[in-house]
Amino acid sequence: MKVEIRVFATLRRYLPELGIGEARIMEIEPGTSMGDIQEAIGLPADEVKIIMCNNLNVEPDVIAQDGDRITYIPAVAGG
Amino acid sequence: MAKKIVRIDMSELVATYENVPEKWSRWAGRGLTSAIVVDEVDPTCHPLGPNNKIVIAPGWVTGSPAAPSSGRTSFGGKSPLTGTIKETNSGGLSGQKIAKLGIAAIIIEGMPKNDKWYSIFISKDGVEFEEVGGLVGKGMYEVDELMWEKYPNKPAVIGIGQAGEMKLSNAGISVNDPENEPGRYAGRGGLGAVMGVRGVKAIVIDDKGGPGVEIADKDLFTQGRKKLTAAITEHALTKKDGGLHAFGTNVLMNIINEAGGLPTRNFSAGQFEGAAKISGEAVAENINERGGVGTTDHPCHPGCIIKCSSIYPDEKGNPFVSVLEYETAWALGANCGIDDIEYVAKMTRECNDIGLDTIEAGNTIAVAMDGGYLEFGDKEGAFKTFDEIRKGTPLGRIFGQGVEATAKAFGVYRVPTVKGQSMPAYEPRAIKGIGVTYATSTMGADHTSGYTIAPEIAGVGGKVDPLSNADKAELSLTFQAATAFIDCTGYCLFIAFPILDIAEGWAGMAESVAGVTGMDVTGDDVIAMGKEVLKMERLFNEAAGFTPEDDRLPEFMRDEALPPHNVKWTMADEVLDKVYAWVHED
Repeated sequence: MKVEIRVFATLRRYLPELGIGEARIMEIEPGTSMGDIQEAIGLPADEVKIIMCNNLNVEPDVIAQDGDRITYIPAVAGG
Repeated sequence: MAKKIVRIDMSELVATYENVPEKWSRWAGRGLTSAIVVDEVDPTCHPLGPNNKIVIAPGWVTGSPAAPSSGRTSFGGKSPLTGTIKETNSGGLSGQKIAKLGIAAIIIEGMPKNDKWYSIFISKDGVEFEEVGGLVGKGMYEVDELMWEKYPNKPAVIGIGQAGEMKLSNAGISVNDPENEPGRYAGRGGLGAVMGVRGVKAIVIDDKGGPGVEIADKDLFTQGRKKLTAAITEHALTKKDGGLHAFGTNVLMNIINEAGGLPTRNFSAGQFEGAAKISGEAVAENINERGGVGTTDHPCHPGCIIKCSSIYPDEKGNPFVSVLEYETAWALGANCGIDDIEYVAKMTRECNDIGLDTIEAGNTIAVAMDGGYLEFGDKEGAFKTFDEIRKGTPLGRIFGQGVEATAKAFGVYRVPTVKGQSMPAYEPRAIKGIGVTYATSTMGADHTSGYTIAPEIAGVGGKVDPLSNADKAELSLTFQAATAFIDCTGYCLFIAFPILDIAEGWAGMAESVAGVTGMDVTGDDVIAMGKEVLKMERLFNEAAGFTPEDDRLPEFMRDEALPPHNVKWTMADEVLDKVYAWVHED
């Protein structure tokens, strides 16, 4: 099954081939968690502050489903 | 030398230096502007009449040596936009220079009898008035330049553009930055119009030879500022090359879009397909490619170590605009359906020049688009509206009055305001806590009053579900109170992010305040003292005629479901009423 992976801000340097807001389409096995995907694409655990799946905050142990839109986010705030 | 109040009477062109009375002596920044407004401004007065005042005050630690990111200046008065009390604060050069002159606050009252315009020059030698008819009609880029030509010591320049001269309700007050650009604004609530009523085009502050800021307990101050500095430089968000330094506040554009909370096309959707093109990442890419003066490493005032500001250059690398904040890029971009960062930059420069709050300006165009004046996404049309305002055409004057006036002019029902002030860049239907802040803040819809986005979206200061209504009244009040305290310190509100996560930093902030002032303040006093400020402001608003029924979000947010989460505003009125119930109970 396939999922969409996006990274923003300071995490973009780990997937430098992606333009801003572009997604990597990734083939995963059933039972793969958000944390597993994070590790597979090489995002350091101490730099990922928030994981969003389909526009909702989720924890790393949540299992990804086919077609999920998954986003890894570092420390951000402002306004 | 004890700090002084400088009272400036524009009716007589006289300035007097007064001792700070006991009743105001605990306060600085927002606490002091609000205390003075409460004591001296009739809550029922017309904001543009002779009985309103402008009060300007630096924070407790502003101007003290090596207190990090502490250059804020508070501006207070009764707001022409909201009819409430208003405190709006800014970075730039003014706060540190006022503080170093030994001034606790500047109170400007009265109106010239001759309809003439003046500049006010404040230095260690006192206050000088000068008639400046030649500055009338000029934008802030030119005013700042002329003031630095006239006054040699690179002074702070506080000024109003054409919007303030015309007494428009969306007129902000400009403060120059270290490069003498007018991008720092005490923008919200129309206090630029109140300054215009006083006949003041510019206030120039030269601190050369001033007495500086007295430190009551140097050891305690040093201990506190070091703890705070450590927290800022350690936290992933505020450290060097962290999110705020690398991308500015606009680091949020893609994130809030991802959360489904990015108000789009006048609050009709929660995601914008063009968000990436106007994001902080896109701005940083352009800055780095263009070179020249462009930089993402820019402090808005000397001594800022967060440096969320940037200088956005034109294609040749020359200075163009500073700074493209998240709120600004959202208001003039996503909310108008515009995905061209160059037009966002051009419109931001127009706001900085004419003297307009970018949030209200963008929302105003979006409401006009909703009313059929322009198509959403019409960037040329949007850009041209600013010249209408600059020239003071009837249409421009309507736009310059902000969202509510424009919505009436164009027959629009979707009016995203609370107490007359339009909402910033977070959709309250998708992020409920910030909706409670918008509804109940003493300032009208304002994110900086109680930034629950930190735990609701960013995981800073804990994690809570943005879509849940649960416990949001308490969350909002806690943030509103902490903010009210920080707004007294003179520290930038962004110190809140590291100190919410790092307890030593929180304690250090309070210790630095205690060290400068000699007051017995610890981290445990922050919320209680913040609530004292909120209570003053709330009671002023009640006396001005506001009731709990004014603490509501607009009707359309209860009726229209917001994609992608397809959620409505469902917070019970009783929950909103609870937020400030303590004012009459404590």
